[in-house]
Amino acid sequence: MELADIIIKFVLIVIIFAISLVVAMYSTYAERKVAAFFQDRIGPNRAGPWGILQPLADGGKMFLKEEIIPTNASAFLFIAGPSLAILTACIGSAVIPWGQHLTIGSHVIDLQVTDINVGVLYIFGVVSLGVYGVMIGGWASNNKYSLLGAIRAASQNISYEISMGLSIIALLMLTGTLSLREIAEQQHGFWSHGWFTWNVFRQPLGFLIFIVCAFAETNRTPFDLPECETELVGGYHTEYSSMKLGFYLFAEYINMFISSAVMATLYFGGYNFPFMHHLGLTENWVTILGVIALFAKIIFFIFFFMWVRWTIPRFRYDQLMDLGWKILIPLAIANIVLTGVIGTIFK
Amino acid sequence: MNTFYFIAFLSIFFSILVISAKNPVHSILYLVLTFFTFTIQYILLNAQFLAIVNFIVYMGAILVLFLYTLMLMNLNKDSEPFKSNIVKIAAVLGGGCLFVVLFACFRQVGIAEPVVLKDPGLGLVKNLGKVLFNEFLLPFEISSLLLLSAMVGAVLLATKDPKTV
Amino acid sequence: MESLSNKKKLIESKPLNFWERAYLPAILSGLSITMKHFFRKPVTISYPEEKREFSENFRGMHSLKRDENGKERCTACGLCALSCPAEAITMIAAERQKGEEHLYREEKYAAVYEINMLRCIFCGLCEEACPKEAIYLDGDIVPADYLRKDFIYGKDKLVEAPLNQ
Repeated sequence: MELADIIIKFVLIVIIFAISLVVAMYSTYAERKVAAFFQDRIGPNRAGPWGILQPLADGGKMFLKEEIIPTNASAFLFIAGPSLAILTACIGSAVIPWGQHLTIGSHVIDLQVTDINVGVLYIFGVVSLGVYGVMIGGWASNNKYSLLGAIRAASQNISYEISMGLSIIALLMLTGTLSLREIAEQQHGFWSHGWFTWNVFRQPLGFLIFIVCAFAETNRTPFDLPECETELVGGYHTEYSSMKLGFYLFAEYINMFISSAVMATLYFGGYNFPFMHHLGLTENWVTILGVIALFAKIIFFIFFFMWVRWTIPRFRYDQLMDLGWKILIPLAIANIVLTGVIGTIFK
Repeated sequence: MNTFYFIAFLSIFFSILVISAKNPVHSILYLVLTFFTFTIQYILLNAQFLAIVNFIVYMGAILVLFLYTLMLMNLNKDSEPFKSNIVKIAAVLGGGCLFVVLFACFRQVGIAEPVVLKDPGLGLVKNLGKVLFNEFLLPFEISSLLLLSAMVGAVLLATKDPKTV
Repeated sequence: MESLSNKKKLIESKPLNFWERAYLPAILSGLSITMKHFFRKPVTISYPEEKREFSENFRGMHSLKRDENGKERCTACGLCALSCPAEAITMIAAERQKGEEHLYREEKYAAVYEINMLRCIFCGLCEEACPKEAIYLDGDIVPADYLRKDFIYGKDKLVEAPLNQ
């Protein structure tokens, strides 16, 4: 690898990192604003025009608040919890293809940090690791509510990982590859050979299962039982204050961003958009428009997360487990069988 | 090679911490780190699929379940059960036997040639899949049957007997 | 038993049909309802800039009135203090001196007139008790403050501004 390539990769990593943090920051603002609109209110509008400086104000508040570590908590793990949560949230972005490639001079820049050939599984692994942050934090707080929140998070994540994995398997049977870039390439354009190229039109049921599981994995309403206020005070972050709490909340929004990106890439064509090669634009412009298209899809999914949050009430814990084990898993297995049968018929 | 020795040292270091940690939860967390070093070893061997599966299955699922049960059992009071003398003697005997075996092994050990894979891409998911579903199809399917029977057994154990309840 | 009011309704709880159990149509209709609200005009009134109109019988901060010549109406009779159920009003009366006729309408006036806004319950009994029509609760909302002593409003805050300045 040349030095120039290393520098380009480094810059790319920094940019992606910065973008995911900024998106997460503004998701907190968007969440409040969207919630307000859904409830016929205005939402935060004091910090800056339309309140767009609100995330900065929130961040400043978080940093300046008093740092509390409970006396009986195990201090190292108490700090390790939120750090791990935000770490696992951030590293997920490494394998997502953000666009095709830019050609600058003689350099061809892939808009993806790394294209490992087990990309889907990598995402899956990172997601499954995410529960450690919650569990360690909840256990280290030495508080019954936190512990219960942590246990709920663990069992919920493990249960929904299974159906998530099964729904991806059906998708992988179609794509035949685990690399996210290849999956995105296969969904090129919008229409070819008499059918839509985007996977959502080939795997509607799989997508439905995947999105439900994504809600559960990111601990969003209607599955936000680990931090269920009415039952568990604050759930696993009851004892947290200051930026450590901020990290937990931030990790949730980054997770939302990453899972939106994954959903857009796996099922909604990633950076592809209709008529991308009939517009008569140069390669670089197509790439840039593709990045914009991907971000539009991601923002739609983030909006959808919020939309659902302000529409559907929380599940009860036994209903959550019933849904996961008795409905989604059999459905996902049926989806695999169906995909196999249809795949062999149309081959 | 240096990376290998460093990671191998870390694996052994963390696994010693696993058995010496007083607090069971800490011990599980060290186990997580140990498995993480294994994952790095697999990546060094260019076995990406195995690495990621180790990551998902062991770190992401099995150890989470371990942690889950330990948290529910509430073992943090350092309530170690009393060990009788017979147990202690048995432990000494067992440890001695292990030592003898290890000693016998190490005497036979010579410096082996480093294994060179004929196909460095063997661990990649495509090749692995081809090997598993062609050459080793029968053992693969049999092991899947084994897992299925274990699953059925677990379900059977978990369901209540309608007569007794 | 016979229902006396005939208002009793029997609620049938039918088992859910397939689409109701699938839960998805319900979610979709819920999402469409919230989306309708998304585009609705917000009902918020952004308070310090915009104010909601008070109703006609709103009772806000007190004001001590002047008559048409700009003289203070209050004669310090103490009926308001007597009628006050919260005992929020105190006053010290003084004789009008020569040369102060343009300031006070009656021969006696309130040299000090204080209302403790933390005690006041804005019942309006002082207004009703006043024989001289000197006090009215026609002001704005009493503003917040940091110290308790700052809520004791004297004549400087209560008396109406002079007529023509």
